[in-house]
Amino acid sequence: MDIYREAILDHYKHPRNFGHLKKPDIVMEEGNVTCGDRIVMEIKFKVGIEDIRFSGEGCAISQASASMLTEKVKGMNKVQVKKLSRKDIEDMLGTSLTPSRVKCATLPLEVLQKAMVSLKP
Amino acid sequence: MIDVRRDFPQLRRRIKGKPLVYLDSAATSLKPRQVIKKEQEYYTRYCANVFRGIYRTSEEATEEFENARTKVAAFIGAKESSEVIFTRNTSESINLVASSMKKTDEVVVTIMEHHSNFVPWQQLAKLKVWKLGEDGRLDIGELETLITRKTRLLAITAVSNVLGTISPIRHICRIVKKINPNCLVLVDAAQAAPHMKINVQDWGVDFVAFSSHKMLGPTGVGVLWGRRELLEQLPPYQYGGEMIKEVHVDRTIFADLPHKFEAGTPHIAGVIGLGAAVDYLQFLGMGAVRKHEIEITDYALNALKSVKGVTMYGPPHSKDRGGVIAFTLKGIHAHDIAQLLDEDNVCIRAGHHCAMPLHEYLKIPATARASFYVYTTRQDIDALVIGLEKIKKIFQ
Repeated sequence: MDIYREAILDHYKHPRNFGHLKKPDIVMEEGNVTCGDRIVMEIKFKVGIEDIRFSGEGCAISQASASMLTEKVKGMNKVQVKKLSRKDIEDMLGTSLTPSRVKCATLPLEVLQKAMVSLKP
Repeated sequence: MIDVRRDFPQLRRRIKGKPLVYLDSAATSLKPRQVIKKEQEYYTRYCANVFRGIYRTSEEATEEFENARTKVAAFIGAKESSEVIFTRNTSESINLVASSMKKTDEVVVTIMEHHSNFVPWQQLAKLKVWKLGEDGRLDIGELETLITRKTRLLAITAVSNVLGTISPIRHICRIVKKINPNCLVLVDAAQAAPHMKINVQDWGVDFVAFSSHKMLGPTGVGVLWGRRELLEQLPPYQYGGEMIKEVHVDRTIFADLPHKFEAGTPHIAGVIGLGAAVDYLQFLGMGAVRKHEIEITDYALNALKSVKGVTMYGPPHSKDRGGVIAFTLKGIHAHDIAQLLDEDNVCIRAGHHCAMPLHEYLKIPATARASFYVYTTRQDIDALVIGLEKIKKIFQ
């Protein structure tokens, strides 16, 4: 199954930007109780995302998606992050998602977009 | 037990050229052709509404419908068939009883209840929770402090849908009644009725709920059994057609049991199909059904023990548990396990199996669950083990 292709497993086993920031400007956490997934995003933000870390636990899809997303969004501003969609996540993962796994893959994006909303205008 | 697999059409299905390995019978069982045929018989030979028509097909349908009630009553050892109420599922059966509770009524539930035997009480009464011992079993000694003279009802599962733990219902009920003779006992038998001989009178309980679809019958039909005098006291659960004797502009006289609780046209085909499922199980013999379950569970417990990294939950011995095994695989989330097993058509469940309080209590976010029934073979278990080893390699 291509959902467990090499790149996804690589990000799951060796997550990028995993851990914590010293003085993050935003911390946002979101869980998916049905699966027991949990993602925390810590962000340094000025005009755009300067630095980002994630932590949490979950299935390979949610963790790999979070790892890839942190790489993708560095340097992006608020509007650009808000524009990201499920389609972008699928392109990023390089696979289409079955209905039961959409939630896993889009949870990290949800957390990130919530973080952007929480920013003062 | 005799080989039943040829009776289950779905087991002949090939997906991507490979056979189906169905290990999710605790969620719903597959259906034998005898049940499918019986349901079809209603739709093709005597499709008519029940209790109304003064014509042959309606009378046939009514007779088949009521025959199913008699069969279910005999299957669970009920004193009379009018104590058997047909509902939509186990959840509705429990809601029917719970709806008569007051917010101040104290209800005791166990931590391993399915949400269907947890949420209704939580919403409609005052909840007290019976925790589990180290070995995944209930400590009977706790009853002395849990059940008080104020306790209105104990709601307890006969077999846990996650841990497989079998509760000694008869023993528990005796102790409860000794402490407080007025405390009612409701048993969730959704995982018990399909797998072992149950006798509601021998248990000494007041209400028993279970579902047709987990015991080879159609979906959309549940059963509530209750002691006659209690059912007579309970108010109707829903109002409308078929649950009345007389209706006047200013008042209504409700029907007698069981129809008082069966408002509206019921799932006629489903109930008749359930009757056929009961026939099928009686033909196999519930002793043989349980024996097969113990054998296959024993085999699975040993087979999964051989897979490094697997942690299993629930009592260690097959005789203390039903045919369900929840497990985790080190470093791999249950969803990933389920999805990768699906590659080889191995169907298991992943998540919290509608028992979130239990998973919180065990401090695990999710488990994978394999569950068995009369058609489960050792080859099915072997396929699961091979699949798990394959997944471990992928995640290495």
